[in-house]
This record gives sequence, structure tokens and C-alpha cells, in this order.
Amino acid sequence: MNWLTDLTPDEWNAVRLSIKVATVAMLFSLPPGILIAMLLARGRFWGKTLLNGLVHLPLILPPVVTGYLLLLSFGKRGPAGAFLAEHFGIVFSFRWTGAALACAIMGFPLMVRAIRLSIESVDRKLEATAGTLGASPLWVFGSVTLPLMLPGIIAGAILSFAKAMGEFGATITFVSNIPGETQTLPSAIYTFTQVPGGDAGALRLTLISVIISMAALIASEVLARRVGRRLETA
Amino acid sequence: MSVEIDIGHRLGGFALEARFNSAGRLTALFGPSGSGKSSLINVVAGLMRPQRGRVAVDGRVLVDTDKGIFVPRHERRIGMVFQDARLFPHMSVAGNLRYGRWFTPAAQRYADFDTVVDLLGIRPLLERRPAGLSGGEKQRVAIGRALLASPRLLLMDEPLASLDDSRKAEILPYIERLRDEAGIPIVYVSHALAEVARLASDVVMLSEGKVVAAGPTSEIMQRLDLLPAGERGEGGAVLETVVAGHDETFGMTVLGSPAGEIRVPRLDMPAGAPVRLRIRARDVMIATERPRGLSALNILPGRVASLVPDGGSGVDVRIDCNGVAVLARITEQSRQALALEKGMAVFAVVKTVSFDRANMAVGLPLPEAHA
Repeated sequence: MNWLTDLTPDEWNAVRLSIKVATVAMLFSLPPGILIAMLLARGRFWGKTLLNGLVHLPLILPPVVTGYLLLLSFGKRGPAGAFLAEHFGIVFSFRWTGAALACAIMGFPLMVRAIRLSIESVDRKLEATAGTLGASPLWVFGSVTLPLMLPGIIAGAILSFAKAMGEFGATITFVSNIPGETQTLPSAIYTFTQVPGGDAGALRLTLISVIISMAALIASEVLARRVGRRLETA
Repeated sequence: MSVEIDIGHRLGGFALEARFNSAGRLTALFGPSGSGKSSLINVVAGLMRPQRGRVAVDGRVLVDTDKGIFVPRHERRIGMVFQDARLFPHMSVAGNLRYGRWFTPAAQRYADFDTVVDLLGIRPLLERRPAGLSGGEKQRVAIGRALLASPRLLLMDEPLASLDDSRKAEILPYIERLRDEAGIPIVYVSHALAEVARLASDVVMLSEGKVVAAGPTSEIMQRLDLLPAGERGEGGAVLETVVAGHDETFGMTVLGSPAGEIRVPRLDMPAGAPVRLRIRARDVMIATERPRGLSALNILPGRVASLVPDGGSGVDVRIDCNGVAVLARITEQSRQALALEKGMAVFAVVKTVSFDRANMAVGLPLPEAHA
């Protein structure tokens, strides 16, 4: 097993960076993900179809296209990128934050879909009942709706994390492949396959990638089952 | 306590146009499915916005479409118990019970947790999850949850409709205790005559979105003409009686009423306890002279007060027994054979065994029985 655990510093960096990027991408897309899922599931407003399409766009577009669009808008000279850099000091281009942004965008449709399904399965009668017991709409959301859609939130978060762990096309297009800064696991594997004698490294990272993804999946199953048991329909 | 309702609402081909006031301890909204009962209490609870109307509870206006008033449901403090208990599946029974408490201003909390839990007999369930409860247990928890929010009015929307007969029998006594001990006015929606006759102090009868009759239960139950054809014989007199004594030899209880003594199967109640007795019109026979050699034990003398043909083979006869009206449903053929006329002295005959637990109930405590 030594050949698997004896990683070079660059390989370790790639593993650590991938986990960091995926975690940040997942955590930051949760609040907007819940909000947009709520809008799509419950809202009735002009432009709902457009919003739905926009959210799903990264799922249909080639990742390279998404990455390039990100480069155009969030790059140093892009309108959003320039604005954020100037006012908040947030820089995306060629930074790990950019990788996180790309991963968040790519995983967003998956997250929104999972959460939206769980919102649609929440019994609105229970919310009305909470209202008759004196809970204001905000309390109803926090004490009834949110706990009842928890399985969907967990599923959405794990999907987003898993997608981020595997994201390659948009990331490499937007923030390139800089070891230690933007070289995530997939990029590192790609780099290994491009050099002679890189097979062992590629295989190691591939195995690590498989292990992390499986662990995330199992964790989500266990969590979902535990929550599901608590939510057995009354 | 008073509830004033005046609502107009049109939905497709259905028009709800109902108006009534009630100050009863337990007001039943009674009528067939689709008569608009549930819509009415949904408006009171704030779950439905009427196109036109005004709703006031205890003088506080909750809805007034003319003035653009519609108090949101969470600010009304009106409790609601639904047909399906609607317990929160992610909370324990105790969590469900305590839910409404958080939202009631401390000064207005009158419901005490232990009192309510004991009143409804749900202490053994507190740690359980709603999913593991029986239908009857769920409904008791739902009632407790609504009560513990300390509402000013409790609405119950067919709370027993989805339960089987034995579960209903399990819950009915708790609703009686609620009516008599919790001191909170109740509006109770039902399409089951037996429940209404047993529980209600007042009845508002609805049909096709309109109020067709309203008044004290004993009066409304005598309006056999208002009942659906198949249930006409189920209506009849509702008598407020007291336990006069027990006949231990034959396992019977003797009830005292102005109409005379009535013998019923043994009730487990002390002498002096109020008992509400429903005498179904179809269980009453009429004799023109005091019968002899008859097995029936209850023979109440009286006079024919009115005879109303039902348009078919039957006649509804109202007998005034010392100021108490007893109704009998007989055939037109019998009426002619006995030559019954208004004012005639007759005897109303009721078998003891025609009384079962479904038509005998804890009566309203006497001082508060409607005057």
C-alpha cells in the first residue's frame, strides 16, 4: 500500500485543494440553492421558465463553454470580476476561489433539482397547521418546511460536492492548471497522463478520487436514512 | 364568547352564502358533505380568504372584506383540529404539544401542559414519534397541541371522520371533557348526526352553502324534515336528564326527566349526574291507551302536538310529554288505524334496549345547560 500513501507534495496539494474547493463550492451554493429551489417550487412570477433554464444551463452546455463564459464575466477584465475585485477584493481568475466558483456553478443545477423535489414533497397542510398554532411564515419555514426538506438538502449538498470533486472542463478553462493554486485532482490526473511515466501517479490519484467520492456517497446515504427515519409520515 | 359569521364565496358552481351567530359552548356545523361546513371554519381559521364577508370572534374582527381586514392566521389565536391529525413528523409527541406554546404571549397562556396531557390521557405517548401512534392517539395529540397554544376558540373539522367506531368511542369522552372542563368555546364540524346529538350545545345546519336552521341542539334535532331522507328516523328528541338511581337487580339505570322516568341499560355514573339522552324517532312507538302485556319498559304519557306527513309512507308525530317533546316516526297506515289527531292523549313507548352508548352521553353540566 505504500505506493498509494507515499504521495508527492504536489499530489497532496491536489488532494487537499480538491477537498477545499468542493467544500467551499458546496457550502456557498447551499443558501442560494435553497432560495432558488424555493422560488422554482413555490413561486409564481414572470420569468420563472427563464430562471429555470438559466439554472439548468451548466448541465447542458459543454463545460468548456461554461468555463469560458466565467472567464469573460469573472476574469480580471470581466464586468463582474472587475467589480468584485475593486469593491470587495475578491479575485477569481487563476485562484482557487475561481475553481470553487466554477465547481459551484457546475453543481448548482444538481443541487437545485434535489432540493426542489424535496420542497415539492413537503405537505403544505402541515405548514398551514403550524400557522394556526401561531407560527409566522418565517417560523413556519424554519421549524416545519426546512426540517422536512432536509433529506433533499443533504442529497443536493452531496451531489454538489461530488460534482465539484470531478469538475474538470470549466475549471481548467477558467482558472487553468496551476499546481498548488488551481490544480485539483482531475487536473492533476490529466497532467500525469500527459507526461511519460506518469501512469503510477495518475492511478494513485484516481484511486484516491474514487475513495473520496465513495465516502461522500456513503455518508449521504447514512445521513439520509437517519433523517428519513425521523420523517416517516405521521 | 360569541362567533359572528357572514360570508359569501363562490367557487365554480358552488355558492356559499352563510350567516349565523353563535354563543354556544360547542356549536356544531352540521350538514352533508359539500354543504360548505369546512369552508366556513377555514375562513374563521384564516386558511381561506372569502370573496365577501365579515368574521368576528368575541367582538374582535378577523375578516371584513369591506374594510379590507384579513388578520393573518398566526395572529388569530384560533386553534384548529383537522380530520387528519397533521402532526409534525419530525417532532416527538411532546415536541408537537409544545409547538404552539412558543408563539403565545406569556400573559395569554392559560393552558397548562400537565392538565391538558392528563385531560387527554396522552402522558404515556410523550416520548413517542407520531408515526408510531394509532389514529385515535394521533387525534388526541392533535387536540392537545391545539389546546396548548391557548386559543380563544377551538375549531374541529370532522375530527372523528377518519376513525373507526371503536376509535370514535375512545375519543368522544375526551371531547366531552374538553367541552365541560377546558372552558374554551368549540366549533365542531360534522356530518354525523350521532356525534352532533351527543356533543353539541347548539347546532347550525347547512345545506348547499346556506344555513337552513340554527338553534339549541334539542330544537334542531326535532326538525326531522331537515335531515336527509335516509336519516330521518335518526333524528328525534334530545333530553337532558339526571341519574335518579340504579336498579341493581336488573342492571339498569333510572333517569329522571320532566317527561317521566326512563329506564336505560346500566350507566356507570353517580346519582345526580347529568345525562344527555337521544331518543331516535324511529325507536318510539305510540299507544292510544296505556299498554299492558308489553315488554317495553318506558311508557311516557303525553299529547299529540303535531303530525307531519313526510310525503311518503311515513308520518312524524310530535308528542308533548309534560313540556318535553318526544318524536315518533310511524307509518301513515298506523296513524289511520289509531285515528291519531292533534291534541289526543297518547303514550310514547320506548324500549330500554334501544338506548346504547351511542345515544347516551355525559350531559352538559346543569347550571350551564342552555336556558
